[in-house]
Amino acid sequence: MLAHRIIPCLDCDLEKPGGRIVKGIKFKKIRYTGLPWELAERYYKEGADEIVFLDITASAERRTTMVEVVKKTCQKVFIPITVGGGIRSVEDAQRLFRAGADKISINTAAIQNPRLVKKLSKTFGSQAVVVAIDAKNRDNWFECSIYGGKKFTGVDAILWAKKVAELGAGEILLTSMDRDGTKEGFDLELTKRISKSVSIPVIASGGAGKKEHFLEAFQKGKADAALAASLFHFGEIKISELKRYLKEKGINVR
Amino acid sequence: MITIIDYGMGNLKSIENAFRYLGVETKITDNPSEIEKSKKLVFPGVGNFGKAIENLKKKKIDLAIKKAIEKGIPFLGICLGFQLLFEKSEEAPKIKGLSIFQGKVSRLKKAKIPQIGWNQLKIQKKSKILKGLKGGSFVYFMHSFYPKPLDKKIIITKTNYGIDFCSSIESKNIFGVQFHPEKSGKVGLKILKNFVEI
Repeated sequence: MLAHRIIPCLDCDLEKPGGRIVKGIKFKKIRYTGLPWELAERYYKEGADEIVFLDITASAERRTTMVEVVKKTCQKVFIPITVGGGIRSVEDAQRLFRAGADKISINTAAIQNPRLVKKLSKTFGSQAVVVAIDAKNRDNWFECSIYGGKKFTGVDAILWAKKVAELGAGEILLTSMDRDGTKEGFDLELTKRISKSVSIPVIASGGAGKKEHFLEAFQKGKADAALAASLFHFGEIKISELKRYLKEKGINVR
Repeated sequence: MITIIDYGMGNLKSIENAFRYLGVETKITDNPSEIEKSKKLVFPGVGNFGKAIENLKKKKIDLAIKKAIEKGIPFLGICLGFQLLFEKSEEAPKIKGLSIFQGKVSRLKKAKIPQIGWNQLKIQKKSKILKGLKGGSFVYFMHSFYPKPLDKKIIITKTNYGIDFCSSIESKNIFGVQFHPEKSGKVGLKILKNFVEI
């Protein structure tokens, strides 16, 4: 049986030496932790199923590139690696795939140019194209935002999820802006609604604070995978412990 | 020395990294005569079946692969590189595959497509590349299609995803895996090590 996946997310600030990991609360950055490839290797050894790197560099000045981060990571980490942030073309994606990435994740560029989703999936295959949706609860609907949560688009997240699946996206990385960094748990309603609307896998993100939240994301939210950042970075939950817990609860994990 | 066939379909870096990690030298090439003369061949690939055959023909690698296989060179097809060994695929119905094996490549059904993630190996019979592995081991899949070999005796593992499909084969010097050993952690590295030690 296909296992439910646990995915640590590493937000990289490439303006800092080595592209240090940043952890934000409600889409505003605050603290720095380790180097991306060192943290990725630690998670690989602890049983992470995949690694996601997000380039969240605000400044135009960069001391390192995502290509370098991926190259360094791939020498020692033998699980899939997804890269998101700032990818706007087939060429940008190509550079990351050549460096060793397995998937790329796009949000802003997809909303501004939906044809890019089609182009990327035709070129690299659906399985390599993740569309990230950052959604905010607007009472009876969910609105997509772009530019790392800085701009709202008026686009309905559920309709958009269906659209990107049609365009050839292989997965949806769904972040609840309301829950991100709060540790109050994943937005189960949002996750379930998106998961039921599309026939591609959905990764739930934003709000993980304890082990039970992951269980809920799979059982109630119908997520295929769950992603978290700070929880793992600061050692509050170990991935190996989390998986043991999920297994006890009858969830199929690796 | 492992020769990795480059025909412009997907990520070769990870496969190279995995062998390097195991302490094995690799060479990436698109040269037909180098392919024919290699000691061990890895045929990777992600992307479209039709486009892959087109690229192989353009580079005249299709014949080199067939000759290498006939010579008995140990050969490992991964993902699309596994599917291409069959006669045809639902992904590109008009295109003829390498036809090393009889059978066609079908689209997954009855589940979310593509299958992305870790799934389990149900071992069907002993194989050199499965040495030291337990049934139920998890490996990483990223695919929408899977091969259906006509000769069921070559199937070494099956995996369940809506249906039980053939996730790997062994036939003489030829091995094929639908999953990505280079992305399957320790289990995947063990499979690659087994291939190196053949």
